[in-house]
Amino acid sequence: MKHLMRILSVEEIADNIFEMVLSGEITKEMKVSGQFVHIRVSPYTENVLRRPISIANVDADKETLTIIFRAEGDGTTKMSKMQVGDDLDVLTPLGNGYPLEDFNHVLLVGGGIGVPPLHELSKQLNARGVKTTHVLGFNSKKDVFYEDEFNALGDTYITTADGTYGKEGFVTDQIELLETEFDQFYACGPKVMLKVLNDSMDIDGYISLEERMGCGIGVCYACVVPKPDGSYAKICSDGPVFKKGEILL
Amino acid sequence: MSKLAVNIPGLSLKNPIMPASGCFSFGQEFSELYDLSRLGAIMIKAATHQPRLGNPTPRVAETASGMLNAIGLQNPGVDHIIEHELKFLEKFDVPIIANVAGTAIEDYTEVAEKISQAPNVHALELNISCPNVKEGGIQFGTNVESAVRLTESVKRVSKVPVYVKLSPNVTNIVEIAQGVGEIADGLTMINTLVGMRLDKNGKPLIANKTGGLSGPAIKPVALNMIYQVRQAMPDIPIIGMGGISTVDDVLDYISVGCDAVAVGTANFTDPYVCPTLIDALDARVATMGLSHIHDIKGRAYQ
Repeated sequence: MKHLMRILSVEEIADNIFEMVLSGEITKEMKVSGQFVHIRVSPYTENVLRRPISIANVDADKETLTIIFRAEGDGTTKMSKMQVGDDLDVLTPLGNGYPLEDFNHVLLVGGGIGVPPLHELSKQLNARGVKTTHVLGFNSKKDVFYEDEFNALGDTYITTADGTYGKEGFVTDQIELLETEFDQFYACGPKVMLKVLNDSMDIDGYISLEERMGCGIGVCYACVVPKPDGSYAKICSDGPVFKKGEILL
Repeated sequence: MSKLAVNIPGLSLKNPIMPASGCFSFGQEFSELYDLSRLGAIMIKAATHQPRLGNPTPRVAETASGMLNAIGLQNPGVDHIIEHELKFLEKFDVPIIANVAGTAIEDYTEVAEKISQAPNVHALELNISCPNVKEGGIQFGTNVESAVRLTESVKRVSKVPVYVKLSPNVTNIVEIAQGVGEIADGLTMINTLVGMRLDKNGKPLIANKTGGLSGPAIKPVALNMIYQVRQAMPDIPIIGMGGISTVDDVLDYISVGCDAVAVGTANFTDPYVCPTLIDALDARVATMGLSHIHDIKGRAYQ
């Protein structure tokens, strides 16, 4: 589960949003979208917790995977300054990803730094012949990324909260305008967005959560989310992808 | 590996390295990574009488060379732990130290009586130092009289030796250690230090507001406390913990007088840290030309 992966590139693709490409043989076994990598950001004692980052793209032939993260705190800022050629200590693949089913047409909804895992998901769905429509929400024009990549896979709509790019408003404002009959939705983004989708969508779907994590393997009980029966699910090992209704948001 | 073998009440340890309570759950997840029989012992996550849901999230936050946690003793309750988690651990050749928590003396004695009868539980670790629950926990561990009374009650019902986990959040740790040390079979020290981290808006980041600080940041505090307690109590078995992540850390803890050590937070940084440390310690003892790891026990004050 622990692997050394070599950094092939680090690039700022939007305001403080970085794309990093890593190479390693483990990519051959990474077949499920929605799983995550848990990255040790320092070999020294200063950072005791790893950083969980979702996977935006896997290329098993080239043995590479792509992660996208926002440089926000101490750990992700360190990651954004790492050098090409450095080796990263990575735990992967972790968590349960998105189940793939043979639908006709599905809706993928992403918010901000929740967008990346939907790219690998969309690739896998399209490879199975499932049609995908993407609605991606950002705060502002400077935050938008991967529009072209999603456009190559299916119809893609961008919303920005301040209206500086795409449709002004939230992803739900755009979803209301779509006339397609979707069989299923898949979503990843901030909790408030997921809650609105969970409550408003009348079709089944899967949502992926993010939370401060400790271990990433289900032992520390840090990243829990309540279930309807009053107990807790662990986001890292029971999720991060849950079926709509399986958890309380 | 006989140079690493350690015997303390109830526990015949192949080596002095074990995962600390709360950082290893009940071993199931780690059993998929390595053979748990390699460990000196396992300190399992705290058991309470009834199941506990724990605190709201966020429950953890990183700090400089450490982390805060306020999980709040989430666990499925002692009966479930005996029937499922301890049962699962039976297939490994490793003694279990069961961490016992509660909110009142009766909770502790109920849990202690039940769990000490499980065949693979070789010792109890009395948790009188959890800083993250509203009642019980730390309030027992910061007052000599209540700590002694609780230890006596648990000792009366337990079928296995009782180690008491001391809180560093006290004015005089030697006083508490001497009090409970009269009754307990051993001490484990230290639990986490109460701390706080603020978010960007200047509010406590952890939902519980405060959390227990662990990791390399607390190692100097732990070393000093064990150094003090060991000199006041030369014979009591001590399992030391607080920020251990390297073999040099292990040597430091033995040097201030520990019999064995527990590894906590480092399991999150590197889930393979315990077997890595066991191998490294074996190699280091050879390099140093020691006949036994305890050759250096207490050298800090001798």
